[in-house]
Amino acid sequence: MKCQSCEEPATVHVTNIVNGHKRESHLCKSCAEKQQFLKHQELNLSAILQTVIGQHIGPMTDELSRLTCPSCGIKYMEFKAGGRLGCPNDYRVFQSALEPLLEKIHRSRRHVGKVPPHATKNAARQAELMDFRNQLRQAVETEAYEEAARLRDLIRQKETADEPG
Amino acid sequence: MNLDSLTQNNGEWLRGNGPEADIVISSRIRLARNLSSYPFSNRGSAHQKAEIETSLRDRLTRLDFMPRLEYLMLPGLSSIDRQLLVERQLISRELANTEGPRGVAVCPQETVSIMINEEDHLRLQVMRSGFALDEAWQDIDRLDDQIEQRVNYAFSEEFGYLTACPTNVGTGMRSSVMLHLPALVLTKQIEKVFRALQKINLAVRGLYGEGSRASGDFYQISNQVTLGKSETTILTEIREVIPQIISYERQARSTLTRESRQALHDRVRRAYGTLKNAMMMTSEETMDLLSSVRLGVNLGLIEDVSIPTVNELFIHTQPAHLQKLMGAALDGEERNAARARYLSSRLRENGPHLN
Repeated sequence: MKCQSCEEPATVHVTNIVNGHKRESHLCKSCAEKQQFLKHQELNLSAILQTVIGQHIGPMTDELSRLTCPSCGIKYMEFKAGGRLGCPNDYRVFQSALEPLLEKIHRSRRHVGKVPPHATKNAARQAELMDFRNQLRQAVETEAYEEAARLRDLIRQKETADEPG
Repeated sequence: MNLDSLTQNNGEWLRGNGPEADIVISSRIRLARNLSSYPFSNRGSAHQKAEIETSLRDRLTRLDFMPRLEYLMLPGLSSIDRQLLVERQLISRELANTEGPRGVAVCPQETVSIMINEEDHLRLQVMRSGFALDEAWQDIDRLDDQIEQRVNYAFSEEFGYLTACPTNVGTGMRSSVMLHLPALVLTKQIEKVFRALQKINLAVRGLYGEGSRASGDFYQISNQVTLGKSETTILTEIREVIPQIISYERQARSTLTRESRQALHDRVRRAYGTLKNAMMMTSEETMDLLSSVRLGVNLGLIEDVSIPTVNELFIHTQPAHLQKLMGAALDGEERNAARARYLSSRLRENGPHLN
């Protein structure tokens, strides 16, 4: 089937029902975009999530919008724009902002269910490892290679000690 | 793993048996997991991602999980091979289409797949034919424990398993059941079912998940909530609602056979005839027609083709499978012609007897 507006193959098929009258349109992708048919279909989960997050950022203070995670460097505003967090530590750093959001998504703020038998014991050491990795990243960025090498060895040592079994 | 061999079997989810297999295609559970001392995938540097991939690959291949897992590195695969894995539901479209070090560990039966460096560092999946959520949960729970012996998961007592997207945090579990609901679609009751499911916080998606349309009248019912409910509670909620949907579909089927048997019979035979005789066939049209044929076989209106064959045709006529079977890369038009030829020859293998 060809596009109604040009000669390209029609890939977008829209059926509109207005006052009980059915109207079908068959268009190619670019004509559909021009006529704004495609926009509606691109409502994806992250777009919806951003709206939800947006509703919560409204009354929030400047302080929160400037909040940055010391481990991965993501700003709360970046999370708001992208819908994805930067690292596990963000759940602590952004906790006060995340809780109302979690309430909205899940109608709950607390985990119920499976607990991994090993992970909890190591939580402190894992946070430490993350910090070392962060320092390593900064050392590489500032070309402090000796420091980077020291950190790399330290991380390896800690990781081996951590490895269960 | 030789990917070409995948086209020679149906994989787990289209095997066509298992409990309630005429309506329930498959049961699937996935768990999102992350390493505790790395940034999430979207924020990880190329170097970190490579490190994660190497270390997880190493640990996964050393698991004493039976059957043995085989590991595929995505950057080394052609786009057709990646698409083939998507069509078989072994990897997500996201994993197929992003860049960087990433991969998937798969077991030969295709019941288990573990993606590395998707949106989360690890995405575990277990799939079972038919309505078998409990068995799927037992498998994935054990697999998860085995991995956790070797890997430090990001977990907090308050928020559970920590994930890149807050919509997955908590259990990190998405459990879904794929249903074939042609009679509810034909009798226009499907919207009613959706609304009822949305009220109890269950999501309805098409065959290939998020954003895909329900082609072939396949629908995936899954939980949306991952925080504040235990895995058992979530599974029970789904397990309780599925028999109701199955019984609605059965009622709709018996209404159709009772009140419009001739029209239904006509529809089924037209679909069968078109699949056998057409010269050009898009994958959308194939899905719709095969759906009618599948309904017809299940209602005893067509007897010369089996459900496993129909299931196989659903997957073999997908673009990447078709190109694998033909042994050549084909553009859209060529694919439509090849698809029609393939369908025709496969359906003519069966006798000409229509009931």
